[in-house]
Amino acid sequence: MARIGVFTCWCGENIARTVDVDQVSAAIAKLPGVRASVNYKYMCSDPGQALVREKIAAEQLDAVVVASCSPHMHLRTFRKTAEAAGVNAYRVEMANIREQCSWVHHDRAAATAKAVDLVRIAVAKVRWDEALEPIRVPVTRKALVIGGGVAGIQAALDIADAGYQVALVEREPSIGGKMAGLSETFPTLDCSQCILTPRMVDVGQHPRIRLHSYSEVESVSGFVGNFTVTIRQKARYVDTAKCTGCGECWNSCPIKKIPSEFDYRLGFRPAIYIPFPQAVPARPVIDKENCTRLKKGKGCGFCEKKCQAGAIRFDDQDKLVTEEVGAIVVATGFKLYSIGKQQENESRSGYGEYGYGEYKDVIDGLQFERLVSASGPTGGRIARPSDGREPKNVVFISCVGSRDNAKGVPYCSKICCMYTAKHAMLYKHKVHDGQAHVFYMDVRAGGKNYEEFVRRAIEQDGARYYRGRVSRIYEENGKLIVRGADTLAGEPVTIEADLVVLAAAITPAAGVRDLARKLNVGYDEYGFLLESHPKLRPVETASAGVFICGACQGPKDIPESVAQASAAASKALIMLSRDEMTREPEVARIDEKNCAACFACVRTCPYHAIERGEVLTPRGVFVKHTARVNPGLCMGCGTCVSICPSKSADLAGFSEQQIYAELEALV
Amino acid sequence: MSLQLAEDRRDLIPPGLNLAGCYQCGKCTAGCPVASRMDRTPNQVVRLLQLGRMEKAISSGAFWECVSCQTCTTRCPKSVDCAGAMDFLRQLSVERAASAPSAHRTVLFQKTFLRNIRRNGRLDELELVRTFKTATFLKDLDIPFLFKDASLAPRMMRRGKLKLRAEQARDRGVLDRIFERCLEAKL
Amino acid sequence: MEIGYYPGCALHGSSNDYETSVRACLAALGVGLREIDDWICCGATAAHSINHKLSIALPARNLALAARDGFGELLAPCPMCSMELLKAEQSLRADPELRKDIAQIVELGLDRKTAVLNLIQVFQKIGLDQIKDAVKRPLDHITAACYYGCLLTRPPETLRFDDCERPSTMEAVLAELGAKTVAWNYKTECCGAGLTMANEATVLELSHKILMNAASHGANCVVVACPMCHVNLDMKQRDIERRYSVRHGITIYYLSDLVGMALGLSDAALGIDRHFVYRG
Repeated sequence: MARIGVFTCWCGENIARTVDVDQVSAAIAKLPGVRASVNYKYMCSDPGQALVREKIAAEQLDAVVVASCSPHMHLRTFRKTAEAAGVNAYRVEMANIREQCSWVHHDRAAATAKAVDLVRIAVAKVRWDEALEPIRVPVTRKALVIGGGVAGIQAALDIADAGYQVALVEREPSIGGKMAGLSETFPTLDCSQCILTPRMVDVGQHPRIRLHSYSEVESVSGFVGNFTVTIRQKARYVDTAKCTGCGECWNSCPIKKIPSEFDYRLGFRPAIYIPFPQAVPARPVIDKENCTRLKKGKGCGFCEKKCQAGAIRFDDQDKLVTEEVGAIVVATGFKLYSIGKQQENESRSGYGEYGYGEYKDVIDGLQFERLVSASGPTGGRIARPSDGREPKNVVFISCVGSRDNAKGVPYCSKICCMYTAKHAMLYKHKVHDGQAHVFYMDVRAGGKNYEEFVRRAIEQDGARYYRGRVSRIYEENGKLIVRGADTLAGEPVTIEADLVVLAAAITPAAGVRDLARKLNVGYDEYGFLLESHPKLRPVETASAGVFICGACQGPKDIPESVAQASAAASKALIMLSRDEMTREPEVARIDEKNCAACFACVRTCPYHAIERGEVLTPRGVFVKHTARVNPGLCMGCGTCVSICPSKSADLAGFSEQQIYAELEALV
Repeated sequence: MSLQLAEDRRDLIPPGLNLAGCYQCGKCTAGCPVASRMDRTPNQVVRLLQLGRMEKAISSGAFWECVSCQTCTTRCPKSVDCAGAMDFLRQLSVERAASAPSAHRTVLFQKTFLRNIRRNGRLDELELVRTFKTATFLKDLDIPFLFKDASLAPRMMRRGKLKLRAEQARDRGVLDRIFERCLEAKL
Repeated sequence: MEIGYYPGCALHGSSNDYETSVRACLAALGVGLREIDDWICCGATAAHSINHKLSIALPARNLALAARDGFGELLAPCPMCSMELLKAEQSLRADPELRKDIAQIVELGLDRKTAVLNLIQVFQKIGLDQIKDAVKRPLDHITAACYYGCLLTRPPETLRFDDCERPSTMEAVLAELGAKTVAWNYKTECCGAGLTMANEATVLELSHKILMNAASHGANCVVVACPMCHVNLDMKQRDIERRYSVRHGITIYYLSDLVGMALGLSDAALGIDRHFVYRG
C-alpha cells in the first residue's frame, strides 16, 4: 500500500484567497493511502521544504504530491527535497491549483471543489509512479561549428581554447564570412580584415581546431552528446598539403574574367583562384564550371605546368569524412535580399522600380564595401562600375526590402542605418568634393557610440539626410535620376546621382532550410533559425545539443554576433565539460516481447528516437524484430504510445495505467 | 474655459484603405507626378486622415491636383490605398460642398461631366465643353479661358471628331434611377 | 472569332479614329466585334471622384448588359473603361452583399462573370505568331517608344497584366511587326489623364516630359493604347510646343494603327489621317 504525503500550498494569498486550503487538506486526507495531508503558506520556502522532509521521515512516506503552482516553477525543487529525504525523485507529482485553478476562477466553493479534484487526480497518478533513475548519456567531448564567419570563428576559438576539439565546417574556400569583405566597421572604423584576420589565423593554426574548408555538412545522425556528422569536402583540385600558396597557378591561368564572388561581381578572378590574399587556408581552388581542363578533360593545364610543388590534382574527387561530436553550433550567417525582379520566394516580387541589375551604377551595400575596400576591385578608389569615373553625388537608400509588407520582408534589418552612415562617411573621406545623400525612414542607432557615429556623418562629414523613401530610379544621360521625398519638409526630392547604393534587407544564407532539417532545428518563414525562447534562451534550439549564433538567428551586427557566439560556445561547453550528461527519465519504452514490429512508431516519432531493432538470444540467435526507443533522444511526447496498435509502447511517468487512474479518480 | 480638442473623425474613413498601416515613408510623395503642385503632399494628406482632421484635409487642393495615376498605391510598401484615400477626400469634399477654391475648375468639370452622362447615358462632348466653359466663366469671369479652346472645334470637325448630334443611350430612365439611388446629395 | 465590344464614350466621340483603327485592324485579323447593346458611360474619373457607389454601379450596369447579351468576355480598348469594369467585377465577386445591392440599383442580374480584355490582350489572344504570319509590310521605318500610361498595368493587384515597373507586352507585339522599339524612361509616367480641360497646365507639363524623353531616346514615334493619352500627346501637341517653345513633331500611333499598317491597311482605313500630328 502506498504511503502518500500531500502538501497543499497557500502561496500566500495567491491560492488561499480563492481556494479553501484547509478543506482541500481535509478532503484529501480521507483518500486511501494518504498518510499525511497538510497545508502551509509557502511550500517552496525553506520551512516549507523542511515540512516535507519532516513528514516523509515521520510517516515513512514513499510518494509525495505537492498541490501548488505550475510544475514549471518548482517541480525540480520538490524532487530534490524528496530525494534528500529518501523518496525517489520521480515519485513526486504536482497538482497545479494556482495557474489552473485559483488564478482563473472567482467562485470560492467551485474553485475549492476543483482543487480537490485536481489533487485527487495527482494522488491517483503518483500511486503508479515508478522509481526512476535519470538517464545517463555519454558525451563525445568535441564540438562541431557550422559556418566560418566571425560568429563561427569566435565560437570555435572559445571552445578550442577551453581545451576541446572542434571541427569547423565552411562552404567557401576560405573562412572569414561577410566580415572579411567589409572595408571598415562601425563605430570605430577599424579595418575589418585587420581585426578579423588574426582570428582567422588563430583558427587555421589552432592545435584543437580541424578546419574543413570548401566543405558542407552532408548528413547528421545521432542525438545530443552523440552526433555523427558526415561532411562533404568538395574537390579543390589542389593538394593542400603540397601547395605552398605561392600564387604561380592563379597568375598563369588564362581564364581571367570570371565575375568574382568575393567582390560580388564587381571584379574578376581566374578559374584557379584564392578568394582574397589573406584567405585561411591560403590555398586555391579550381572552379570546375570554368576551368578548360576540367570541362573538356584535356587542354590548358598551365597551372599544373607552373606549379613547383606538384600540387595540382585534376583527378581530385569530393571526399566524405565523418566527425563524432557532442555539441553543434550553427553560425551560417546571412545574405542580402536580391533586389532585382527574381526572388527565391515567388510571393515576393522584387523592386523593378530601382533598376538594380539593369543599371550598372545601382549597387547594394556589400558591393559598396568592396569599392571602398583597399583590397577591392578598384584598390579602394570609389569608382562607378559603368565607366570607372569618380562619383561626385552618391545616393544611399535605406530599407530596400526591409520594413516592406507588400514586396519585401516586414522586419527591420537592424544594421543598415549604421552601415549607411558609415558608407556616407567613408565616401566623403575619399572623395572630398563629393556629396552623400541618404534617404531614410528612421535612423536606428541603439548600440554603444552608435548615435554619436551617425551624427558625425551628418554634422561633420556633411551627409545630407532626407526623410523619405525613393519611388523610382532611372538612367538619363549617364546619370541616375533618383525620385525620392522628404516628408519632414513635405516635398518630393529628386537627385541626379552618379552612383546609387541600396541597403538591401538581411536574409538568412542560402540552403539554411535544408541544413536546419538535417539538424532538426526549426526556422521561421524567412529562414531564420528558431531559438528556444526569444528572451531567455537566444542561443539554444528545440533540438538538444544544437546551438545557434550570429545572423542565422536574426539580423545583427558584429559585436552582437561575437557575443552570441561566445554564448553558444558556453552552452556547448556546459555539455562538453562532463563525460556524461543526465536526461530526464520520463521517456518512452517498448515492451519488446509484445511488439509486433509494425514500426508505425518509428515512422511517426518526430525526434527519430525509435530504431528498428532485433531481439536476440544470449548466444546471438535472432528471435524477432522489435522497435526500440533510444532514451538519449526521446523527448517523451507520447506519440508512439498513442499510435502503437499492440499497446507495446508506454511512457514512464505518464503511463497508460496512470492516465486511466487519473480519469477514474475524476469520475 | 473649455478644452479645445482637435477634430477626430477617423470613423468616416472607409476601412479597406488600410490607412493605419501608413508609417509616413513618403514613397507615395516621391513617385507622385504632381506632388510639387500640391499644397500638401500625398503622405501629409494621409497623415491628416490618420489623425481624423477631416476639415483640414478637405481644405487642401492636393486631391484635386491628383491625376489618379495609381503610382502611390502601387508602390506603397504597406499596401495603403493612397489613391483610394484621394478618391474618398474628393467624394467627401463634394458631399460637404467644401473644396479648396484653387480646385474649383476641376470640381466643376467632374460635376458637369456627371450631369452630362446622367442626362445622356453617354458623354456628349460638345455639351460638356459648352456647359463647363459657361459654368467656369460664371464663377471666375475669365474670358480668355472661355474662348481658349475655340480653335479646336474646326480642327476637330475637319477630322470628323466632332459630332454635333451626340449619341445617347436608349434607356435613359434607368440612368436617372441609378444616379438617384447612388447619390444622397444633389450634384 | 467574335468577342463582345465595349467602346466607351471616347471611342464614339472625339477619339473615333481609335475605333476606326481597332475595328479595321481586328477585322483584318479575322476578329469580329459585337457592340454591347445600349451600353452607358463607365463613369470615368468623374464617378470615382464624386460617389463611390456610382463608380461601381455604372460599370456594373455594363457588365450586366454584356452578360445579358451572352458575352463571356469583352474588349474595352480604353484602359480607363477596362480598369473601371475590372475593378467593379472584382468588387462584385468579392462581396455578395454588395453584388445584391448593386444588382438592385442597376436593375439587372450580376451573377454571371465577365472577363474584360484590353487591346494588347486581344492581340495575345489572337496569337503573336498569327499576327507575324499575317504581316505584309514590315514596319522597318518605325522606331517606337511604347507608352503604356497608367491604367494598362496599375494597380497590379486589380489588373494583373504585364509588369507595372518594366512592361514589355506592347514591345512584344511590335517585334512581330518588324518595328524597332527603344528603351526609355517614361513608359508608365502619367500624361495628365482626363484633366485636359480643367487643369491644362498639368497635362501640358506631364505630356511634354513624355515627348521629350521619347525623342531623347531615339524614338521617331510614340505608340499608345489609350484614347486619353492620345489626346494629350497628339491633339495637345501644338499647345505643348507653344507652351515650352519646342518643336516635337512626333507622330502618336495607336497600337492598332501599327498592327493595321503592317497588315497592309491604308492610313485612311485606319483613321491615321485623322490624327492631329500627321504627315500624310
